[in-house]
This record gives sequence, C-alpha cells and structure tokens, in this order.
Amino acid sequence: MPLLEVTDLRTYFTTDAGVARAVDGVSLQLEAGETLGIVGESGCGKTVMALSILGLIPSPPGEIVAGSSIRFNGEELLEVKPARLREIRGNEISMIFQEPMTSLNPVLTVGHQIEEVLRLHRGLKRREARAAGVALLAEVGISEPDQRYDSYPHQMSGGMLQRIMIAIALSCEPRLLIADEPTTALDVTIQAQILDLLVSLQQKHGMALLLITHDLGVVAEVCDRVVVMYGGQVVETGTTEEILSHPKHPYTQGLLASLPGIGDRDVRLNPIPGTVPSAVDWPEGCRFRDRCSFAWERCAESEPDLLPVVAGASRSARCWLVHPDESSIDRAGKPT
Amino acid sequence: MTDAGFETSDLRVDPTGSGPNRSVGRGRGGVVLSAILPGVPQLLVGRWGVGGLGLIVWTALLAVLLTRWTRFAAGWGGPLDHQIASLTVVAGLLGVWGWSMFDVSRPAEVKRTGVGQWSLAAKAFEKNRIAVLGLIVVVCVYLIALVTPLVTPHDPATQASLVTARLVPPGGEFPLGTDHLARDVFSRIMYGARISLSIGFVAVGISVTIGTLLGAVSGYLGGWVDTVVMRFVDMVISFPRLVLLITIVALFDSNSIFMIMAVLGFTQWPGTTRIVRGEVLSLREREFIEAARALGFSRSRIILRHVIPNVLAPVIVASTLGIGNVIVLEAGLSFLGMGLQPPTPSWGSMVADGRDHLLAAWWISTFPGLAIVLTVVAFNLVGDGLRDAFDPRLRT
Repeated sequence: MPLLEVTDLRTYFTTDAGVARAVDGVSLQLEAGETLGIVGESGCGKTVMALSILGLIPSPPGEIVAGSSIRFNGEELLEVKPARLREIRGNEISMIFQEPMTSLNPVLTVGHQIEEVLRLHRGLKRREARAAGVALLAEVGISEPDQRYDSYPHQMSGGMLQRIMIAIALSCEPRLLIADEPTTALDVTIQAQILDLLVSLQQKHGMALLLITHDLGVVAEVCDRVVVMYGGQVVETGTTEEILSHPKHPYTQGLLASLPGIGDRDVRLNPIPGTVPSAVDWPEGCRFRDRCSFAWERCAESEPDLLPVVAGASRSARCWLVHPDESSIDRAGKPT
Repeated sequence: MTDAGFETSDLRVDPTGSGPNRSVGRGRGGVVLSAILPGVPQLLVGRWGVGGLGLIVWTALLAVLLTRWTRFAAGWGGPLDHQIASLTVVAGLLGVWGWSMFDVSRPAEVKRTGVGQWSLAAKAFEKNRIAVLGLIVVVCVYLIALVTPLVTPHDPATQASLVTARLVPPGGEFPLGTDHLARDVFSRIMYGARISLSIGFVAVGISVTIGTLLGAVSGYLGGWVDTVVMRFVDMVISFPRLVLLITIVALFDSNSIFMIMAVLGFTQWPGTTRIVRGEVLSLREREFIEAARALGFSRSRIILRHVIPNVLAPVIVASTLGIGNVIVLEAGLSFLGMGLQPPTPSWGSMVADGRDHLLAAWWISTFPGLAIVLTVVAFNLVGDGLRDAFDPRLRT
C-alpha cells in the first residue's frame, strides 16, 4: 500500500469569472521514504494540490469535488473529522512553505514556535520541549542553537529561517513532508545547502518527501520520481532519469529545452511560447495545444488520457504522440 | 554544509543603543550613587526618561514616608485603602531601588537574543520626550491615587466649620481652598483621582477584553459571524453615547462605582473591535497563519496565541487613549449628576458643585477641572507616543 495515494483529485474555485478548475483530475502515488517531484510552471496547480492534501483549501470559494480521493496510510483524508485532520497535520504530514521570511509569526520567538508544536503534538512539558527544540535547531545546522532559540524571526536570514521551518516541520517526525518550493526565495548557495539538509534529514528519518518545484535542476538532484503538471493535470510521470533524458510530452521537452546549459554562451534560450491559460477556461482538447509545436487536429478534437509510454511500465504521458495509433508520426515536425 | 558561520554577522546586537557614554555611571561609583538616589546614574548617562521617572518616584515616596511616618505606621492596621497606601509606599521604594541597582550592575554588553517588538518599541518610546513626560504624569497621578490616605491634610467628606471655613480661598490650612460645604478641595481632588483612575482602568479593561476578542473572532472567522458582530458594532456606535449612558444609569437607579465602571466599559468596546478586526483581516492572509494551520493548530489556538499577540500594539494604543476618554465621560456624567453620588469626591461632580459659586469662589471648579485636563492630556500624550513607538516606519 502506498503511503499517499491521490486519486482523481479535483479542486475547483468559484470566482466571479467562473469556476476555476485549479486541480482537475490529478492522481499520484507516493511510497514511504520516496521522493517525488512535482514540476510545472506557476499556475499549473501544484500548490493547490498540496494544500488539498492537508485540507487547507478555504471553502468557500474552494471546493474539492466529490469523487476525489486522498488516502494517507490507508485513511481517507477527505472524510476524516476535523479534529483528526488537525492531529495529522504537523504530526504525520508536515509542510514547509516557499517564503521563510513570512512563514513564522513575527512577534513570537522561534523557540516558542517550535515548542508549541512539540507540546501540542507530542505532549512534552515546557522544559522537555525546550531541550528537544534546541536539539532540533542543532540538527538542522543552526550554530549556537541555545541562543538562537530565543531570537525573533526578524533577527535571522532567510536561509536560517528556512532551516527553522524545516526544524518545526520535522519536530514530530512526520511520515510525509510536503515542501512547496522550499528554495525559491533563497539565493543559490543557500538553496543547495537547504536541499542537502532536506535530503539528509529525509534519509535519516525515513520519511517520504513531496517536493514541489519549478526548478528541474532541483528535481535532478533530489527526486526519485517526477510528476509533471500542466493545466491542473498530470501530463507526464516517470523516474527522474527517464523524464530528464527522454521526455515524451512536448511540455516536458519544452521545460528542458528552456534551461540554459553550461558553456552555451552564444545559444539563445528556448522558452515555451505563450503563458499558462486561465484555469477558468482551459482549452478544449489538449490543454497544451496552443503552445505546442506538434499540435494537430486530433489535439483539438479530444483530450488525450494519461497514456502508458511503454506497456507495463510506470511511465506515462498525456499526449497523442505516445498513442499507438500515432506511432508513425514523424517526431521532428508536424504530421501532414 | 552550514551557512550559519557567516550568518552570525547579521545579529542585531544591543537593543538599547549603548553609545560610548554607557559606561559612565557604572561601576562602583554608579552602584553607590544608585543606592542613595536611584535614577541619578541613569540621568547621568542621558537616559533622562527612566532616570527622571525613577528619581521622582523615589523622592516623592521617600518624602511621604518621612513626613507622614505616623500615618504610614498606623496604616497597616487601618482600613483596606490605608493598608494599600502603606504597601504602595514600601513596594514603590523597593521597586525603584531594586530596578536601579539591577540596571547599574547589569553587565555592559547586552543579551543578543530577545529583541522583540516590545523592547524595540520601549527604546523608541524612551526617545520621545513629550510622551515620557506624559508617562511621568500618569505614573505620578496613579501614585497619588494610591497613597492618598497617607498624604491628604483633611478628610474629603468631613466638613470644617460652616461658619468660618466655608468658601475659604486657597492658601494656609486649605492649599486649594474649601468648597461651599467647607470641605478641603485639595483632599477631595486627591481622592477624586482614585475614582477617575480606577473607573478609567477597569472600564477600559472591560472594553479592551470584549473588543479584542470580538474583533479577532469576527475578523478571523469572517462570514456570517463577521456580519453579525460588525452590524452590532454599527448599532452600538450609532447611539449617542452620553444619552445611552444617562438612560442606562437612570434605569438602574443605583450609582455605585462598579455600576459606572460596567456601564462605561460595556459601551466603550466598539472602537477596539473595529481596530482589531481591521488588523486581523490583513493578518489572516499572512503565510504564518496558513503555516500554523498546516501544523494542525486549532482555530481557537490560532486566534488566541497567533492572531491576538500580533494586534496587541494597536490595542494598547487604543486603550491608553481610551482611558482618557472614559475619564472625561465619567466627569461628564458626574457633572450632570448622573455619576457617583455625593459625598463621594469625583472630579466631575466637584466641577458641578463649584458652578454656582464660580464668581465668588473660582477655585472650587477650576482645580478639579485642571486635574481632569492634566490627566487626560497625559494619557493622550502616552497614547500618541506609544502609537509612534509601535510604528516601525517612524523608527530611525
């Protein structure tokens, strides 16, 4: 049984412009101890999916459509009581956010905020909680943890704050950690340190990691498997190696092609044309076809399913190009 | 691996702004000086706000202790307010002395951690001379109110001879004169301070508690709760306050001090509710609130321990200004005869008493009126100072 099994998750928001289908039929699985990367542009539904798993979608305007299922460790999260959900949050599933600078309460010391989680979920006394909190700060690589424990968030740098967020998230030794772009707000050297820290702590505690990012470099470094999202849907899944070396979906190919390579000084970057369409009206048929250089009539007529790339393997892509009918298509250009 | 090594350089060391002068007044000489005259070592290093406050409190209480020794000693066995007065003298003296000694003997290098919004605000407040002056006045008025039984020359309700001591001008035995019933105005003003201050304090305490809780709940939960609470606020605000107060007081027909406190407190909260709700509305969209929810905190925990601490600064400002407001209202009620009943000395009713004799005996109304002005202005100065001190944009 997988640790986390999301099946046909649909999270819709009612807005003045219509119903925004932010997450529209996402299914994914995560085994215990595994690292899964969720990749995609801004606005493709990555964060909404993460918040849906934790039951943090504000309702109204948000709504998780009937038929969706999120099973964590065999328990259906969409049906548990609020009290049980609060027990799971922070205790069995933790989340770290993109902006460490604003994710901590500015008027409380960082120690106070670590202590609060330890006392709530693990029932520690104040003194024990302090000892455990200082040990956690040391574990996430904060020097002089005993003194830093009584500091306020504004006295620390972004990198240290993200370490503290990690300490808080790990304080109850969760089985699943959701990291929503944990390194986006940090500068490059700190990014690498934070990633190293995450990976080493993950291995040490044996937890599963759901890493949301738009940075394929991060994915290559950390993840076992990758889910590529576009338009609120999964468009391609596979192992990191397969995805990075043999991308099947034109969107994944575009993402990879838009990365600069070392030594390509004189080569122009190759961005994907256009922007992600609005979640209120996704295009008919394939949602990527307006931006796809391969698109033909079939893409507009009907939407492809998530098709297996090789029969029997866990690798699939949401594109007519991988459909057996279309195997004759010349990949270099548009079919005629 | 670790980036902490060079990040320690961004520590904000030293919240109190110790310049090179900080060492003056320290050491052995500072300790001796502080033992005799607390506050002076602080004055010497330029911290005139806290130093002045300490010195004033120390000398005033010491003067009370020495000149009123018999009353002080007798106070322990007397009625409750005498006991409180004697206790205030002892606690005040020990407190100021202990604080000064601690302050002087504290090592010069300041703790690196714990520079929260409070110490930052305290530092900014200390620089605002007018506000510190207001604070000194407020503290003095509170001290006077507490030690009144020890220092008043006369009993506030006892009448001297109606033949010889009626409408006596200021000076001599009666420092601020006597009123039309031959009572000492000076003593009555001092006793009136206790009434005004305790009513202000308790009424604002009630209103701040209600206002903060209602505002936070309303702003955080939103939806129909918010609608109901805010429409109720609109309703309460739309009543003319004084008319409402007079109606309630007339309705209950028993003008005890607790009654006045409750009536003022339960009509004062809408302003605080609005301020708090406005703050919470922007606060609840902040990421740390979402992070708190992601950590499995319950709604009540988030409201009480994460939302409310973030709105305390504007609440404190509002309540300081509110105390001034309540004191004026109470005086107004008493002036209209709807407040505390005679012979309880209240500043408002004293002003009213002197109205008929304004031309013959100006002192009866004037001095309590000045007391009201002085106190309210002091509270407003402190409130304004706090508002500036809590505003990071005004910090230099």
